[in-house]
Amino acid sequence: MRRFIDRASRYVVLLAASISFLILFAIAFFIIARGLPAIQEIGLVEFVTGTVWRPGQGQYGILPMIVGSVAATFGSLILAIPMGLGCAILLAEIAGRRARRFLRPVVELLVGIPSVVYGLVGMVLLVPLVRNLGGNGYSVLAASIVLMAMILPTITSISEDAIRAVPRAYREASLAMGATQWQTIRHVLLPAARSGIGASIVLGMGRAVGETMAMIMVIGNSIKFPTSPLDSARTLTGNIALEINYASGLHEDALFATGIILLVFIIILNTISFFALRRSRAQNIA
Amino acid sequence: MPRISPKTSERLAKILLWGAGFLTVLILAAIVIYVLVNGVSEINWEFLTTPPIGGLSGEGGISTIIVTTVYLILITIFILTPVGIGAAIYLSEYAQDNILTNFIRYAVETLAGVPSIIYGLFGYALFVSALYLGHSLIAGALTLVCLLLPTMIRTTEEALRAVPQEYREASLALGATRWQTIWHVALPAALPGIATAIILSTGRVIEETACLYVTLGGSAAMPRSILSGGRTLALHVYYLAMDTMAFDKAMATAAVLIIIIVIINLFTNWLSQRFRSAYTAMEEGRP
Repeated sequence: MRRFIDRASRYVVLLAASISFLILFAIAFFIIARGLPAIQEIGLVEFVTGTVWRPGQGQYGILPMIVGSVAATFGSLILAIPMGLGCAILLAEIAGRRARRFLRPVVELLVGIPSVVYGLVGMVLLVPLVRNLGGNGYSVLAASIVLMAMILPTITSISEDAIRAVPRAYREASLAMGATQWQTIRHVLLPAARSGIGASIVLGMGRAVGETMAMIMVIGNSIKFPTSPLDSARTLTGNIALEINYASGLHEDALFATGIILLVFIIILNTISFFALRRSRAQNIA
Repeated sequence: MPRISPKTSERLAKILLWGAGFLTVLILAAIVIYVLVNGVSEINWEFLTTPPIGGLSGEGGISTIIVTTVYLILITIFILTPVGIGAAIYLSEYAQDNILTNFIRYAVETLAGVPSIIYGLFGYALFVSALYLGHSLIAGALTLVCLLLPTMIRTTEEALRAVPQEYREASLALGATRWQTIWHVALPAALPGIATAIILSTGRVIEETACLYVTLGGSAAMPRSILSGGRTLALHVYYLAMDTMAFDKAMATAAVLIIIIVIINLFTNWLSQRFRSAYTAMEEGRP
């Protein structure tokens, strides 16, 4: 009996493990099966470079949404990279035990705050502030600032790990040659940790591109090209979420096709960070 | 441009680095304090125990919303836990370095980076439409299971790997089968880590919105079965802010959310510290 249980249990856990593989397969299958016919019907070039999205009139161009997603993401990266890297260096090299014990939970809690709460605070606190600069406040700028707070923890924690993983001997050699702590950080630690830091930025980018609800709440969602940071825009994710519940027919399939484009972005970013992290680990072992 | 001396740049750099840290604390404090200050005054017994009026009215409390959130957590965790732990056991205790294992690892790795709205789209296509579950608790829960599985597997696997190999060897040497060793030795030793994984998943169910927005329906009524639609606390915040502009009630609901999340964070920190000290004790107990 116990031999039987021993043998059976092996297959049960293997089945459980295979489910994650099946899910990945199913996600790819369902989104491609629903989205591909739409891309074929609309035409890939027309779909990706078309500038007009009017499902009612059979016009499906998602270029404005691609530009909206890219603009909000880059805006957030410009803000989050210096902040996140600064925090990472502070946590890994400079802050004492007490400051670290205070800062780390703060970064962890930033991850835990639900995206709607970011959106809500953005709507009531940030949007009126941005309105003072011009426009109606619901803008790429507001979206970038909200996204910055959301991707800050990703950049901080992964960069911190990368800096921390640089062998001790590097620091000691540099300090022994008379370099200041900052010179050591800038010329020795940051270059040595660059793969990991790069991975953290790419992962942050992935989070920013995929964020949905907070974006819908602060970016304004109008389907047009943003020409300044104060302009309203719509993201790829927002386009899917806002319309899927009432769409049907080709319109619904076109939203799945939007999902394919989003998925392509994410897979490219994930693959880059996967290899960057692997390289960073290999470097530290060497 | 005059050259800055190493001493000055050292000082300047440290000021900037501390500035970055300070600004991060400030951002968190601004969000948490703003929501609590504006939200807590609305929270009272009546708010927590009366149902929302729903529709385009922002009035009423959040009782049905709390019930829906709890149901969703229970259903999700009930399905997620056995599958997640099973997969983690396979990866940490059985898996050899073969193609299937590599595929599974790649799948777990990739799934963790897929955004919530894509899971939503998938859940909508499979559970809501193809399986005719409609916008319902079960469709939302199954979508969440897919979303949470990678993290659940990874955290549980780490907990299992942290159990010293000697424990397993001792058990096997006593004549226990592999499964008996896993069930009676490895799993109990990894329990605090597994508990952390479950609590973190609960937190994610509470935080998640995008994938539920397209699978859960958003009805404000009390759910009657797993086929009823509903809305979680986080979704309620969205509907209140976007559809009804009831910002006071939205703030109050957001304050409830933040209080829950802070409690969960404190609890997991406490658990993982306990786990770490238990693990060090295991290590020190070695001859």
